[in-house]
Amino acid sequence: MPEVLKAPLVVEFPFTRSLGPVQSAFLTGLRERVVLGVRTTDGRTLVPPVEYDPVTAEEIHDLVEVAPTGTVTTWAWNHAPRRGQPLTTPFAWVLVRLDGADTALLHALDAPGPDAVHTGMRVRIRWAGERTGAITDIACFEPHDGEPGQPSGSHGELAGDRVTGIVAPARLDYTYSPGRAQSAYIAELSTQRTVGERCPSCRKVYVPPRGACPTCGVPTAEQVEVGPRGTVTTFCIVNIKAKNLDIEVPYVYAHIALDGADLALHGRIGGIPYDQVRMGLRVEPVWTEGARYPDHYRPTGEPDADYDAYKELL
Amino acid sequence: MTSEEPSGVRDIAVVAFAQTDVRRTTDELSEVEMLMPVLHSVLDRTGLKTADMDFTCSGSSDYLAGRAFSFTLALDGVGAWPPISESHVEMDGAWALYEAWTKLLTGDADTALVYSYGKSSPGSVRDVLTRQLDPYYVAPLWPDSVALAALQAQALIDAGDTDEPALAAIGARSRRVATLNSRAQLRGSVPQGDYVVRPLRTGDCPPVGDGAAAVILAAGERARALCSRPAWIRGIDHRIEAHALGVRDLTDSPSTRLAAEKAGAFERPVDTAELHAPFSAQEVVLRKALRLNDSVRVNLSGGALAANPMMAAGLIRIGEAAARIHRGESDRALAHATSGPCLQQNLVAVLEGEPR
Repeated sequence: MPEVLKAPLVVEFPFTRSLGPVQSAFLTGLRERVVLGVRTTDGRTLVPPVEYDPVTAEEIHDLVEVAPTGTVTTWAWNHAPRRGQPLTTPFAWVLVRLDGADTALLHALDAPGPDAVHTGMRVRIRWAGERTGAITDIACFEPHDGEPGQPSGSHGELAGDRVTGIVAPARLDYTYSPGRAQSAYIAELSTQRTVGERCPSCRKVYVPPRGACPTCGVPTAEQVEVGPRGTVTTFCIVNIKAKNLDIEVPYVYAHIALDGADLALHGRIGGIPYDQVRMGLRVEPVWTEGARYPDHYRPTGEPDADYDAYKELL
Repeated sequence: MTSEEPSGVRDIAVVAFAQTDVRRTTDELSEVEMLMPVLHSVLDRTGLKTADMDFTCSGSSDYLAGRAFSFTLALDGVGAWPPISESHVEMDGAWALYEAWTKLLTGDADTALVYSYGKSSPGSVRDVLTRQLDPYYVAPLWPDSVALAALQAQALIDAGDTDEPALAAIGARSRRVATLNSRAQLRGSVPQGDYVVRPLRTGDCPPVGDGAAAVILAAGERARALCSRPAWIRGIDHRIEAHALGVRDLTDSPSTRLAAEKAGAFERPVDTAELHAPFSAQEVVLRKALRLNDSVRVNLSGGALAANPMMAAGLIRIGEAAARIHRGESDRALAHATSGPCLQQNLVAVLEGEPR
């Protein structure tokens, strides 16, 4: 069995999220160093605030300011901070019930060590130097021995523009492995050969192979070289240029049934004006120097394939 | 297609169960390659083919493999020709089983194939799971899954419900009984290890692993024909609690208790329980919520502390409970599955075998 391939894969996306009226007030408040909660109809104050009562599902919007000081309701010592977490030095995760609130907020507590942390300890907010209207405007909490903090007297009437949205970047790192069948396919491509796998039951040849026959639900293993020539079974003309793509539009993207394959794969058609591409056109791959897959397919000059030869592969 | 049944409510049973070995990595296998042997195994147990299945439902998550619509590729392992009736939940397969159960209840189907899988080795599960948190107030802080479980563990310790040695004993017991479960990832004596996030040590946390599981459900006489002792689902229910951690009492699990009540778990004692408690402290919460006393055999499979393939571990709990009934080792078993941080969502099923 050839070596199973592995490669780093990063999935990264900046999620742009809209805020509702209560979330907007809360995050605007953090920017102004004011912590707002929301009052439920039974008189409890939720911090962080939400737009719907978690018990009754009633819409709630009665904002009330709470203090920047509070009490730890539970904690956990994090000796090895991970990427993206609030502090880069060891810290405690804490749930903090701010003075005036009935529920607890999750954040980080900057403390010298686990012995300096206990449930019931008093803490206060340490504000971030630059605040944008995000939960990270609270840099962290810190131990607090003094009096309870005083609210500013604000009731959600804050100066400046309201924060109406946040951008929440997400990034996850993977080591991707495509498994046995696709590793073998990719390994063969590096020698400019295209290899599929034949289903032991229905005898169809799948390209690229995924290790299973999607029709019969049985494993495939028998390798079959297909192509290099093939037939355009269907196509579309792309008129809008994708970002970071150096292919001029319009161009043709096609399904190509390689000779010997029972499944068409995708590819770009070149070497022919876009408006002359047709179903049945016979094509062959064009490799560029050092490439790991064909750059595009071009006409072979053969007569077009008969419709009956590829109609099952549409 | 289905016979009239006098009560109006159909009897539905788990008639077969299969699972993979759970392993730390399965680099050499794609998801469908990992899944296929399990699908074949569960079908072989009943003599059925995919084409015989009235409904197919699966559970998995794209975030584990970092690949969009990965469940559609996994469908290759089922064999979707002739066309099949199929559905998917972006959750543990226990919830896929719930969907299949409702499908059978309606009379639309007599048999269902339920499967789920998780290939979590490509990414870091601790970080991946942060993406299921509240995206406004919590996810931007990247609190990992161990950290959140540790907050719950400390709350239990503060409440006097447990202490660190008691937690260590839960992990040790799980791995000791798992020596009898050849599918489990961690078996036998495993050092309790250092703190991961205090108060949880390595031994309090589930191993990260890849695995898959499948069950077949059948209704009424069909179930009797397919299995000599079907595991009848007497009740099944799932409940969720408030999303915000700071709103909840982390030392209790009212959603589990309510699901158990609705599933009929408290009507008569169970002899066996399979609990999905990925962290040792969560077993303390669940035993309390489910009122399990020492006469109940809990997690004889080793539970999630011995093998916790994401998205399959909950379905495995139902499968393990059912398999004990199939083998005559249990007459009335409770199976529990969880999802989300600190036991946010909980499913309880009550399974029974007929008198022997």
